[in-house]
Amino acid sequence: MSHPAKASEFLEDSAKSKWHDETLWFVRDKRDTISKAIPEWEQLRELASGIKDNVLANLDNYLIEFEKNAKANNIHVHWAKDAEEHNQIVLSILQQHRCKAIVKSKSILTEECHLNPYLEENGVEVVDTDLGERIVQFLNQPPSHIVLPAIHLKKRDISEIFHEKLQTEKGNEDPTYLTHAARVHLREKFLGAKVAITGVNFGVAETGEFVVCTNEGNADMGVHLADVHIACMGIEKIIPRRKDLGVFLRLLARSATGQPITNYNSHFRSPSPDKEIHIVLLDNGRTEQLGREKFKNSLKCIRCGACMNTCPIYRRSGGYSYGSVVPGPIGSILSPGLDLKKHSSLPFASTLCGSCSDVCPVKINIHEQLYEWRQEITKDQGTNAKSISMKIANGIFAVPFAYKVSGAMMRGALKILPDSITYSGLNTWGKQRDLPETPKETFKEWYKKNRS
Amino acid sequence: MVQKEQVVSSRDNILAKIKAIPMEQKPLPEIPDFELKLELIELFIQSIKGNKGEVIDQKQLREFLEINRFTKIIDLSKNFPDLGTLELVKDPHDLADLEVAIIKGQFGVAENGGIWLTDDNMGLRALPFITEHLVIVLEEKSLVSNMHTAYQKIGNQHSGFGLFLAGPSKTADIEQSLVIGAHGAKSLRVVFI
Repeated sequence: MSHPAKASEFLEDSAKSKWHDETLWFVRDKRDTISKAIPEWEQLRELASGIKDNVLANLDNYLIEFEKNAKANNIHVHWAKDAEEHNQIVLSILQQHRCKAIVKSKSILTEECHLNPYLEENGVEVVDTDLGERIVQFLNQPPSHIVLPAIHLKKRDISEIFHEKLQTEKGNEDPTYLTHAARVHLREKFLGAKVAITGVNFGVAETGEFVVCTNEGNADMGVHLADVHIACMGIEKIIPRRKDLGVFLRLLARSATGQPITNYNSHFRSPSPDKEIHIVLLDNGRTEQLGREKFKNSLKCIRCGACMNTCPIYRRSGGYSYGSVVPGPIGSILSPGLDLKKHSSLPFASTLCGSCSDVCPVKINIHEQLYEWRQEITKDQGTNAKSISMKIANGIFAVPFAYKVSGAMMRGALKILPDSITYSGLNTWGKQRDLPETPKETFKEWYKKNRS
Repeated sequence: MVQKEQVVSSRDNILAKIKAIPMEQKPLPEIPDFELKLELIELFIQSIKGNKGEVIDQKQLREFLEINRFTKIIDLSKNFPDLGTLELVKDPHDLADLEVAIIKGQFGVAENGGIWLTDDNMGLRALPFITEHLVIVLEEKSLVSNMHTAYQKIGNQHSGFGLFLAGPSKTADIEQSLVIGAHGAKSLRVVFI
């Protein structure tokens, strides 16, 4: 299903979609406030972008250095070309340890690989331990936002599912009460798990260490109680030096939620005595993306979610409308690289306003890449309805006479078009939007009368 | 050993694919320290407050422990010989009922309240997470201004595990309402010495 069709489903509950829009804007606003408190903010973005440029230009060398240092620290390093191999590696580690139940902290990469269903089919119980992820897992849903996984749900929804799964009081919607019920439930899972899986925010080539950031402390609760820690990492998460963390940790949480740093920033360098750490390095299309000159910068992404919070389309259409693991503007430039046909409507789910590029902490030119993907898709698919209308517009703007005539026609048409046409099923975006009041005369006519 | 061969070939395959892509060299930028001459103590106290922790003095620490009648306290800071009631265990699972952990922080970061801890300070890596309440003892003169000066201070220090801890466990995953005490410690108190 296309993005507009799914967006219209999200918009059916208008109160909820309004809340979604306003709440994400509030997060964006917090990001603005805290970024302005740092005089060197723009310099930091420039530095982060520069460091990532250097990483992308030397990725093979940094990966070799990272592997060498991690191995010297007693970390097992695995390489996976695709999701299938990634999942097989994880399962084989679990089987070696006869492990039937794992705890997992937030990892978009394991969502990308569909690790949960794979492990469950192979008889392993998977418990997502980030509160938002546990909530959506109870509902058999994927996360709808990469930082705020349950942002599409209201506390009433969460109260209902907790009543069913955790036997909380019926109708008690108090967030503190519900969070503490989850704490008790997950504490038991942490204490029982032999293997814990986490994602990776940054892997440091110079030291072979990797960093995981959370506010809940769920990654640490899992790995420090388990015997085995499996860290799943995209190959683009490498940074060269330990001191580069200073730049990225200053940018990440401020961009994500408007806080100066996440409360837990864990640096894993070697396992505790008698324990194991495994890293799985995943390609899964990343090397192809690196080879696409126009799109390789998308691999700089540090998954802060700022582009989602600011995007007028994401805020009004919800994460599920994108139908891709990473939604929003960054997802719309990453996903077409994985499956152009499936994700062909995503680069059009944008006004090209450029707000995503403005807030991106690593300065990815997201809106320009959205435009470039549109060109690729049009080339790939030939003419479609959208391109016909764009071509008509092209013709109109190219010929001054046509522009003048069509302007007058449109001003008339906007007034007389019945709602049944403007708000028909043909125009999903007409829902929730009013057509503008049309002026009686053009600027040109007004100028002639008043100034000539 | 079929599996091992496959793993090796994926590694070489990925590296070869990257190598085959023509890339323009981009220099690795140097990072300034962006140090501002600020009142570090006041800034640190505000940062910790913003992260939902608090900075208290030694008298307030004793009051906190007495009022709550805590009986399960581990003190690894060695600053308060009379406060600890339990020795550190071997298995972190035995810490599930721990009420208070008191540990020493190496230094604090004024701009965000982050406190640097390594294996040496934690005893067991699970300790600062699994305890119900966490107290970190910190020397006032240890404060640095920002994350750049923080990593300069860490330098080549080698520890199996290192942590910037900036507050108690928290979440806002239910309708963006902030709740303290998600999985880890329900409170953080920093005591300056």
